[in-house]
Amino acid sequence: MILRVGHLYPEYLNIYADRGNIAVLERRAAARGHTLALEPVTVGTPLEPGAHDLLYVGGGQDREQAMIASDLAARHEPLRAAVDAGAALLAVCGGYQLLGRGYRGRDGSWMEGVGLFPHETVAGETRMIGDVLLESSLAEAPGRTIAGFENHAGRTLLDPGAEALGSVVAGYGNDGASGFEGCRVGRVLGTYLHGPLLPRNPWLADLLLSWAIAHATGEEPRALAPLDDALEDEAHAVAASRARARGGRPA
Amino acid sequence: MSARLALETSAARLVGRLSRATGRGGGTTLPGKLVWKLDPTALDALAARLPAGVALVSATNGKTTTTAMASAILAPSRRLAWNRSGANLASGVTSTLLAARDAELGLLEVDEFALPEVMRRTRPAAVCLGNLFRDQLDRYGELEHVAERWRDAVLQLPEATLIVGADDPLVASLAEGRAGVVRFGVDDPAQARPGLQHASDSKYCVRCGAPYGYDAVYVGHLGAYRCAACGHRRPALDVAAREIESHGLDGVSFSLETSEGVARVRLGLPGLYNVYNALAAASLALALGAGLDDVVGGLERFRAAFGRFERFAAGDRGVLLLLVKNPAGANEAIRTLEEGAVGGTVVVALNDRIADGRDVSWIWDVDFEPLLERAERIVVSGERAAELALRFAYGGFPRERLEIVPELETALDRGLALTDPGAELAVLPTYTAMLALQAIAARRGLTRPYWEGAS
Repeated sequence: MILRVGHLYPEYLNIYADRGNIAVLERRAAARGHTLALEPVTVGTPLEPGAHDLLYVGGGQDREQAMIASDLAARHEPLRAAVDAGAALLAVCGGYQLLGRGYRGRDGSWMEGVGLFPHETVAGETRMIGDVLLESSLAEAPGRTIAGFENHAGRTLLDPGAEALGSVVAGYGNDGASGFEGCRVGRVLGTYLHGPLLPRNPWLADLLLSWAIAHATGEEPRALAPLDDALEDEAHAVAASRARARGGRPA
Repeated sequence: MSARLALETSAARLVGRLSRATGRGGGTTLPGKLVWKLDPTALDALAARLPAGVALVSATNGKTTTTAMASAILAPSRRLAWNRSGANLASGVTSTLLAARDAELGLLEVDEFALPEVMRRTRPAAVCLGNLFRDQLDRYGELEHVAERWRDAVLQLPEATLIVGADDPLVASLAEGRAGVVRFGVDDPAQARPGLQHASDSKYCVRCGAPYGYDAVYVGHLGAYRCAACGHRRPALDVAAREIESHGLDGVSFSLETSEGVARVRLGLPGLYNVYNALAAASLALALGAGLDDVVGGLERFRAAFGRFERFAAGDRGVLLLLVKNPAGANEAIRTLEEGAVGGTVVVALNDRIADGRDVSWIWDVDFEPLLERAERIVVSGERAAELALRFAYGGFPRERLEIVPELETALDRGLALTDPGAELAVLPTYTAMLALQAIAARRGLTRPYWEGAS
């Protein structure tokens, strides 16, 4: 089956090896007989609701992020319609911030976000940089670990009752204080973790693919056939041990 | 010299000798670390006692090679204080100036992040700024932030001669509206790449933000750029390379065009990125008063800087060692392998210490694909070997042709065993993996340690 993937602003948001995430989705879909049809969605191109089974938003440097922020925020309605209809979405780092309600700069300025995630981000004085290990909060995979790397100045504050991606075992997480990282709304996942995220956490890639397939077929999500993930498991184990040994320590 | 500085200096020299005597490396940064900790203003005094002043070199890629090339040009006529081992933080610079007691000129490569403070303290007569690529975001932060710090530092030194890479829009913009500037770049459309690499930086106009168009892309985002929206474009070149000709792994030739005249140069190092390094070194040396003949002689005598490009024999096989440390540099290393037709068996070694960058995501921004198409077998090594294995597997390289050998010496031997007699094994290590491999090679008598001087 062909899975239609919309990659938002790939030429602006590509800083933390986002193409690694795309490569993992592509190969793991292919291993199950599916093909990803990748389409860049960028400044000047429309975003049609229903046109994508999976959307991806990566991270950018500050200048690039500022260049596309208003264009992205203006896509509030088609993005909302797409995910309400069951399209899957993964947002990493800058993309994760921009899909919240907004970003408060150090000078008090307010940058409007898309509003898909129930959170706001406030610029902090120091960057939170280091290896991270999470324990998944997802009902589909309770307790599974997620390993990555974080590098962010923003403190992302989830609304009360909002669902996180996971609880922090080692590292800073959303705000360096709450003990939670990322956010989940239905089939929409957001996180600060790069490294990139999916190669060493392949079950997350499979989960997103199962949602994309469900959107394409109109059926309920079904777990994908397992693959030989020996390399992935080894890389995960090394990354997890790094986080335990030298991940950030919340104040 | 003040009494205090004299005391610190002799104490520090003793530490350096002890460090070498106990076999704990070259003793290159320990004395400086000590003095730097005791009294950072010692650096001001050490720089001030150099009669011909100080020249600084910084860039994301090529600063070690550029500085070494400039040294090859200048050393015959001046006594240099040169940090040849690449110890380029403030402490390393301090060490170098401590050790070079009767030097006339300080020739110092400086880490991008350390540059503003080293500039403030050493008051350089000339500063050479080559390029800015994304590199170790966990340590340096984003490009724009590095550039802003450089911009402030440059503004504080209006009398210094500024040498900038004109082909890098962000770096060239640091010299806009300033007197006493030398701009260098490549001008040979026949050498242009088909397009920007995957992880290109500085793609948007520094003045108005519209995407740049390129008449020619040479290395990463370096090239002849222009903005269709506001007209901002690469400035005119004061020092240029034209009529470039590659000789595979053996080197590259070009016409060096300067205000002093034109000369043909044959470098003993391959690659367009080394033409950039040569241009930077030539521009700096000319600004410091060298003649064109000295420049050509120095560049042609020059052999690779420590670990950047080394070939040595291991029995009846060869080893080609190329440092990789960020996407733009790694892309050029991979091109070098292609041009030299090397790479049937490749060892790639990834460490994740501070000097390598703790965040290893950059390997996904490297365009490894040409290597994956040519290689028959890849041995991945280093502390993050498994991460590299994933990069190559998801890049389409068959898993059964990948071997994970984290321990470096074992990986080197495995790579050699997979290499045919008479053939050359390509080894691509990150910085600390390169240091470890150098030590292994030195122990086996294959190369000499760096503090004894490069051949």
